[in-house]
Amino acid sequence: MDLATLLPVLWAGVIVFAVVVYVLADGFDLGLGILFPFAGSEADRDRMMNSVAPVWDGNETWLVLGGAGLLAGFPLVYSVVLPAFYLPLIVMLLALVFRGVAFEFRERAPHYKQGWSISFWAGSLVATFAQGVVLGGFVRGVPVEDGVFAGGTFDWLEPFPLFVGLALVFGYALLGAGWTILKTEGEQQAWARRCCRLLLPAVLLAMAAVSLWMPLADEQVAERWFTWPNIAFLWPVPLAVLALSLLHWIALERGWQALPYVSAAALFLTGFFGLGVSLWPYAIPYAVDIWQAAAAPNTQLFALVGFAVMIPIILAYSAWSYWVFRGKVGDEGYH
Amino acid sequence: MEFDALLLSRIQFAFTISFHIVFPAITIGLASYLALLELLWLRTGEARFRDLYRFFSKLFAVCFGMGVVSGVVLSYQIGTNWSGLSQAAGNVMGPLLAYEVLTAFFLEAGFLGVMLFGWDKVGPRLHFLATCMVAVGTLISAFWILSANSWMQTPAGYAFENGEFRATDWLAAVFNPSFPYRLVHMVLAAFLSTSLLVGGIGAWHLLRGREETRTRTMVAMSVLFVAVVAPLQIVAGDLHGLNTREHQPVKVAAMEAHWETQRGAPLILFAWPDESSESNDFVLEIPKLGSLILTHSFDGEVRGLKSFPEDERPPVAIVFWSFRIMVACGLAMLALGWIGAFLFFRRRLYDSRWFHWLAVLASPLGIVAILAGWVTTEVGRQPWVVYGLLRTADALAPLSGSSVALTLAGFVVVYCGVFGAGIWYLLRIAREGPSWAGGPEPEISAPALRLPGE
Repeated sequence: MDLATLLPVLWAGVIVFAVVVYVLADGFDLGLGILFPFAGSEADRDRMMNSVAPVWDGNETWLVLGGAGLLAGFPLVYSVVLPAFYLPLIVMLLALVFRGVAFEFRERAPHYKQGWSISFWAGSLVATFAQGVVLGGFVRGVPVEDGVFAGGTFDWLEPFPLFVGLALVFGYALLGAGWTILKTEGEQQAWARRCCRLLLPAVLLAMAAVSLWMPLADEQVAERWFTWPNIAFLWPVPLAVLALSLLHWIALERGWQALPYVSAAALFLTGFFGLGVSLWPYAIPYAVDIWQAAAAPNTQLFALVGFAVMIPIILAYSAWSYWVFRGKVGDEGYH
Repeated sequence: MEFDALLLSRIQFAFTISFHIVFPAITIGLASYLALLELLWLRTGEARFRDLYRFFSKLFAVCFGMGVVSGVVLSYQIGTNWSGLSQAAGNVMGPLLAYEVLTAFFLEAGFLGVMLFGWDKVGPRLHFLATCMVAVGTLISAFWILSANSWMQTPAGYAFENGEFRATDWLAAVFNPSFPYRLVHMVLAAFLSTSLLVGGIGAWHLLRGREETRTRTMVAMSVLFVAVVAPLQIVAGDLHGLNTREHQPVKVAAMEAHWETQRGAPLILFAWPDESSESNDFVLEIPKLGSLILTHSFDGEVRGLKSFPEDERPPVAIVFWSFRIMVACGLAMLALGWIGAFLFFRRRLYDSRWFHWLAVLASPLGIVAILAGWVTTEVGRQPWVVYGLLRTADALAPLSGSSVALTLAGFVVVYCGVFGAGIWYLLRIAREGPSWAGGPEPEISAPALRLPGE
């Protein structure tokens, strides 16, 4: 296999890795924001905020890596997909402004704390929904002509992308509740467990709906999943989803601390795996494959060296930062 | 009504990047200042350094948060609005931006948590390491983003085929001709801006009668730093200008509003450049000085705007005036630094109220200079986005004018509201000042840190 064949495959792995880490990491702090107004008390909200304050910024950096990685590895995808989802992306960016500043502003404005709490909640909710809309629209396919986006401003305004937006809200909220279980105790933890019990069925329903919707809407997806020999390898996927849900439920009932988040994250991974199976090898669904979209081999190679060297280092010191702030979050002050 | 997607996208990018650059400029300066304060505290054990550290880390945290959220916007806007650029130049610029994320953003974010919230979770040496990592991260970030910007200004190490750039020599692309000058000029600008803000805050508290070691330390550190670095910055700016003259002569012609190519060109102090008549109105000039500054010789030749095709000239008046604003700010900084240093060595720095007022008034000068300087260099490279090769107009994404109008309105409302509130909070923290004597002091012990070999 020559370099021009291999590099795009490795790069697809890099992008998927960045997106997966982003979703699992920023997913829980966005989900925390979605659950924010439902917390029992102001002290509970403060604890939730404190539990992610030291790490949210690092989590969001994976989103920037996704963007920059896409530009380096697949400039065509970056140049087609971003204009295609212009409005939802800008809405997402503005929503991230509202929630990102709330971490500091909430503490700086005692008389306006409520306002920044609302800003945190609404920003997290809207950003998540917009991400889901972009994901859903992307999965449905993006029209391309001569390497330029050839669709309209509101192509994403369809039932499927909007549904995926809603599904992602439930999904992130589940991750956020799982994180809250891990970081709190007593009554607040019991509340978070109740949240999980309500959210898990919604997430499962959403996953089932997307899994049926995609093959019904796209013949290529149906063919990918339901023809021999693929089906022989793929039939355990829905089974894995059920097993993980059961695990999540047991973890909730038995009072385990970390497993609710871990099993929710694993549920996300199966969802991603399913998407990957459906979309492979497209870089822009149903228009451009990863080899057509790839940057020049020397560009991909140059940037890949950076990934190979830096990602282990980044994971190491990020893990150290999480380790420093391990355990239950206390009531101590913000700074 | 038909909206012009190109014009609106340009305004949107200018607006979002102008808001953004203010915050990283301050965080670049503050991060290094915090590292210095922590080092001084660890070595001397003096409480004033610890208190200043904790005070400025509050300002740092607010600035950093705003820098992050306004920066994420930019990393996506290159694609959402300028997909022609990302498609044509992604092969070269993509890895530069990816390296920025990998080597800088993660480093800052990974150690920021420990720096801000980790006082009682890690030991003092580890905490100091975290501060240093954040400071180094801000500088690495400046390295890559200025490399990418400079590559667009003075492209190098590339081949241009079928409307796409391909990298042929990464070293040449990263260290392109204008990069070293732009990097030095911008990092010094960030340091100077921060130093002026630190001095302004200290001077304000002196005026309020808080004549304590903390305020005095702020003012003295600021004044001495500005006195040394402002002249260095002028030298760096001059070298940057010579480099621009070599690679982007039309930008320099616009900066100086020189229409005719001439030897012994004057320095135009004041003028109203008129593009329709290709001449200046209301001119106030010093003979020969223009050639002396630009060529370092009294009768050096300076190319005029008329020697460039009309459709390759930048808007003259904006470039001319923004450049003058930047230079005026720089000269004012130099004067402030030297007067302050003079007062310091005459032991009158802390009771010259007039000087404290000057320092307060001068505190935003660095930020103004940074914005004016970027306007000069960015407007001055128009109509090109990749200089001489890709026009800004050809880089536009396929967008409808009305959707850009909508998002621009959104950015203006949200940025003015949210960042306006942020700046208000910053001012409030600055007004409170560090914890004053008698106030509650955090219990942190300072083991005197010894460097190897002591």
